[in-house]
Amino acid sequence: MGAMDAPTRWTVGEITRYVRRLFELDYRLQELEVEGEISDLRIPGSGHAYFTLKDTDAQLRCVMWRTAVQAQVRMPEHGEKVIARGRMGVYEASGQYQLYCDQLYPAGQGDLHARFEALKAKLEAEGLFDQDRKRPIPELPHVIGVVTSPSTAALQDVLNVLKRRYPLARVVLSPTTVQGDGAPPQIVAALEAINTQTDVDVVLLVRGGGSLEDLWCFNDERVARAVTASRIPVISGVGHEIDFTLADFAADLRAPTPSAAAELATPVTIDDLAEAVLENRRLLGEYLSGAVSENRRRLDQLAYTLQYLSPRGKIDSARQSIDQLSVRADSAMHRLLELRRAKLAGTRRALDAISPLSTLSRGYAIVSDQAGQVIGNAGNVSPGNLINVQLHRGRLTAEVIKQEVDNE
Amino acid sequence: MNESNVTFEETLAELEQAVARLEAGGLTLEESLALFERGQALAAQCEKTLEEVQLRLETLQPGEAGFESVPIDESGE
Repeated sequence: MGAMDAPTRWTVGEITRYVRRLFELDYRLQELEVEGEISDLRIPGSGHAYFTLKDTDAQLRCVMWRTAVQAQVRMPEHGEKVIARGRMGVYEASGQYQLYCDQLYPAGQGDLHARFEALKAKLEAEGLFDQDRKRPIPELPHVIGVVTSPSTAALQDVLNVLKRRYPLARVVLSPTTVQGDGAPPQIVAALEAINTQTDVDVVLLVRGGGSLEDLWCFNDERVARAVTASRIPVISGVGHEIDFTLADFAADLRAPTPSAAAELATPVTIDDLAEAVLENRRLLGEYLSGAVSENRRRLDQLAYTLQYLSPRGKIDSARQSIDQLSVRADSAMHRLLELRRAKLAGTRRALDAISPLSTLSRGYAIVSDQAGQVIGNAGNVSPGNLINVQLHRGRLTAEVIKQEVDNE
Repeated sequence: MNESNVTFEETLAELEQAVARLEAGGLTLEESLALFERGQALAAQCEKTLEEVQLRLETLQPGEAGFESVPIDESGE
């Protein structure tokens, strides 16, 4: 690829996209402000605004999308000197470069804007806006502080949201004006006043929409510092969605509007709570029937165990044992009697064998005197005495005729 | 009365506790029934509070001992 090569040939689309890319690559063109006079302002049905910015030297075509137009507190008119904020870009279809404008404000306020940016940078550098300074917002606030003007629609918006979402709360208004040069010290005082209330859980710092000057008190350094200094977490809701104030940056939570601030202050609604109660009611029923069936199960088990351990079975088996035992006892007794009977017969035989009566049967006799005393010694009688003689069969009475006494 | 919302939270907490104890089980039937009935009463109390509660609005006024919070009558709204 040398200098001798033919120049690159592009299609129109290619070169236009390339130029567009060049615009996009230049960071200076991506966030800029342009001061000029508005002319040829048109807002067709689409809601987007098309106009030209002019000064004595040149003209610049501008487009502003509908959302940005709607976010404008006020749309400048033809001939008005403005500062337009946005980025430079190329519209390929018509091959035109133009300013894609996000925000328009009167040129006279350019100073104000510069002051805002400078102050923001300063407070940011001090760490006032650090994320780790942000405190959590309580889920179920008992007392909600509101710092605003009592007579504004913003307060009504807040109250309406709170009534609908969380009427359990008590709302404490710390009144202040929210407009004009005198507002900043009053807002600071109102923030300090609400901080004397020990039971306040969260503070809403709110104000309805207005012009840049109207909202300017919320860009006051004292107000921003008072928000940071608040012991109670602060939710800011100032102006409209596009309005960012220093108070917003300093707040623990920034809401786009007062109503949104009230919503963020009540993450759990009364409907959520009612649902939680209902759910607990349902669980009560569920767990009770669980407990009932658990007890029934235990009862069944115990009844079964009881049956198993019942003495009836024992009684039955004992009864059977008794029957068996008595049968055995009967037969045992029988056998015992037989045995005894046999033994008795034997004894009788033995007895018979040693009985004197059987001796007598062999011819012996028992001699006794008249008193029935057996006479074993001839010396015990005298001749002439009568003696009885017992024979095997029958008895005799005899008279002693002679006696021979043995001398021992 | 001033702290009826605290009472609501406490009531809800007690209700949740009753539910948790019932869930844990191991109770006698009498204990379970007592917990159930207590829970029902607590739920009814919660529902009553939620039905009847109204947002209370007060405003701060400088008083002898610092700022005082004074109720605002909103009936004129």
